[in-house]
Amino acid sequence: MELIVALVIGALTISGVFLVLRARTFPVVLGIMLLAYAVNTFLFAMGRLTVGMPTIIDPAQGGYADPLPQALVLTAIVISFGMSAFLIVLALRSYSDMGNDHVDGEQSSQDEEALKAPQTDTNQEVNK
Amino acid sequence: MTSAFIPVLLPLLGGILLLMIRWTSFRTQRIVSFLLTLLLVGVTICTLKVAIEGTTQVYSLGNWAAPFGIVLVLDRFSAVIILLTSLLAIASLWYAISTKLDLKGEHFHVLFQFQLFGLNGAFLTGDLFNLFVFFEILLLASYGLLLHGGGKLRTKAGLQFVVINLVGSTLFLFAIGVLYGITGTLNIADMSMKIAQLPAESQGVVAAGGLLLLVVFGIKAAMFPLYLWLPQAYTNTSAPIAALFAIMTKIGIYSIIRVHGTLFGESAGELSFYYMPWVLGLGLITLVMGAFGVAASRRLREQVSYLVLASIAILLVGIGINSQEALSATIYYMLHSTIIAGAFFLLSDMISKSRGSLEDRFSPGVSMHSKALLGSTFMVAAIAMTGMPPFSGFIGKLLILSAGLESSWFWWILAIVLASSLIMIISLARSGSLLFYNVQKVELSKSTKLNKIAYMPIVFLLFLMLLLVVFAGVIVDFTDSIAFYMYDQSGYIEAVLNISMEAKNDQ
Repeated sequence: MELIVALVIGALTISGVFLVLRARTFPVVLGIMLLAYAVNTFLFAMGRLTVGMPTIIDPAQGGYADPLPQALVLTAIVISFGMSAFLIVLALRSYSDMGNDHVDGEQSSQDEEALKAPQTDTNQEVNK
Repeated sequence: MTSAFIPVLLPLLGGILLLMIRWTSFRTQRIVSFLLTLLLVGVTICTLKVAIEGTTQVYSLGNWAAPFGIVLVLDRFSAVIILLTSLLAIASLWYAISTKLDLKGEHFHVLFQFQLFGLNGAFLTGDLFNLFVFFEILLLASYGLLLHGGGKLRTKAGLQFVVINLVGSTLFLFAIGVLYGITGTLNIADMSMKIAQLPAESQGVVAAGGLLLLVVFGIKAAMFPLYLWLPQAYTNTSAPIAALFAIMTKIGIYSIIRVHGTLFGESAGELSFYYMPWVLGLGLITLVMGAFGVAASRRLREQVSYLVLASIAILLVGIGINSQEALSATIYYMLHSTIIAGAFFLLSDMISKSRGSLEDRFSPGVSMHSKALLGSTFMVAAIAMTGMPPFSGFIGKLLILSAGLESSWFWWILAIVLASSLIMIISLARSGSLLFYNVQKVELSKSTKLNKIAYMPIVFLLFLMLLLVVFAGVIVDFTDSIAFYMYDQSGYIEAVLNISMEAKNDQ
């Protein structure tokens, strides 16, 4: 079980970091969310992985599941949820202010060339 | 009964109160917000008094004993920093009200109070996860304040600021997870004791967790290579908010001193002070970058942002020297640089407003109203900021350099600090002469007239800076006692954990 959890955290972190390093706001938002999932799982696993143990110490049972990381994860989920909502609104605002979704608010020349052709087409259609 | 919770609770209740009286006139909200901040100044002066007279004050939330519950710790260091925060806040709020900035959005005052709530909480908390929560509170409020007023550049800078801080928060949680996973506690004092008894095989993991925390605080403090958000954000936000944010970068510095100093202090065995070479080296690189930034700036606000970066770098160097004298000097320089950075941001906005459409760009332009007054204020601020005598910047830098004499990196420190100061002096002399000497005489429009009420907070901050000079001896004695206390550690740990003993005895 440890291996699977570790692999899941690793995969989420790798995808998250990769997406955060993208130049468009939408992948960045997704990347931040994946990183948040990764860290939540990680925090949870830091209380050690146990199966079928009570969170309150019970002498009849051999051990207990650490309840503190669960509380921490709950707090972290709430915060990351709020932050993601804020980030999405801000990304939309940035899109409407700048006219594009580049994180630096500008388009590279390559992008512009790629975008030019279809854009002029739609403009012509509107004109017609 | 301790008073440690009042500076945290007051802005929180104030923010809620301001939310509830939103239906009243804007005038009422302004008065209430200003009075609340004024009250906070009074409260923080009282808490500083308490901290100076007595021992460390600990407040356990919900009366849960220390290693299990969350504690707020009021000692001399946190007391003096929250006083600094509230003084800066009152100047910034004063300026915002007198330039009618707060009219641009409905929630300015609410966000302002929540920002203070987050800042004071982060300065006072003695629990690592609670520190994370207060960081998030102050960041959320700062996102709102940063974007206040709107505008293209502000949105762009705001988006980058938000993204890098969200990544920072994620790293913070990873670091907390690692440290909790090994030590099994979140209380800073308790964790410090656990790290002291750490078995050799888990030292590597804890060291990694500690360095991860350093990255997080480095993002907050704008340490190389994580500083790229700062010039953008500080240049493009409104001036009073930039002035308030002068304390936001200091929170990274404060956290390094508090968290790393306590966790990896003298008692930590092999791990004691292992992070110091990183802080010193990266601080020196940041200083070089900051000085180049100051020289290359095209606008006054951008230049001030880089000056803030350079002052952060000096603080990092001061911490990195790793001695009691250096820490004492660092705390003195921290007080100075926060006050003067706030004053400089406000002043650059005044200059920008007086120059009409040219704003604060470095191009020879029109003459301005009351240019003798603005010009001489600029000169005082510039002298203090670059660290020339007779002002407090000079005293601070001198103290740091003289403490650095014992460091093995002394020549590097001396060369880089002095060279960067020279670059900054030349750049500021150039900006001053461009802004004030190289001007044409034209008819001045009435709209650019000096706003006298808005000028007052700058005078107030410069007056505080003068107090730092006049009472330098007393203040340095005081910072010496803080530095001794931070290096000694036992006072802090005993104060936090003794409470738990008393609570147990009561039951």
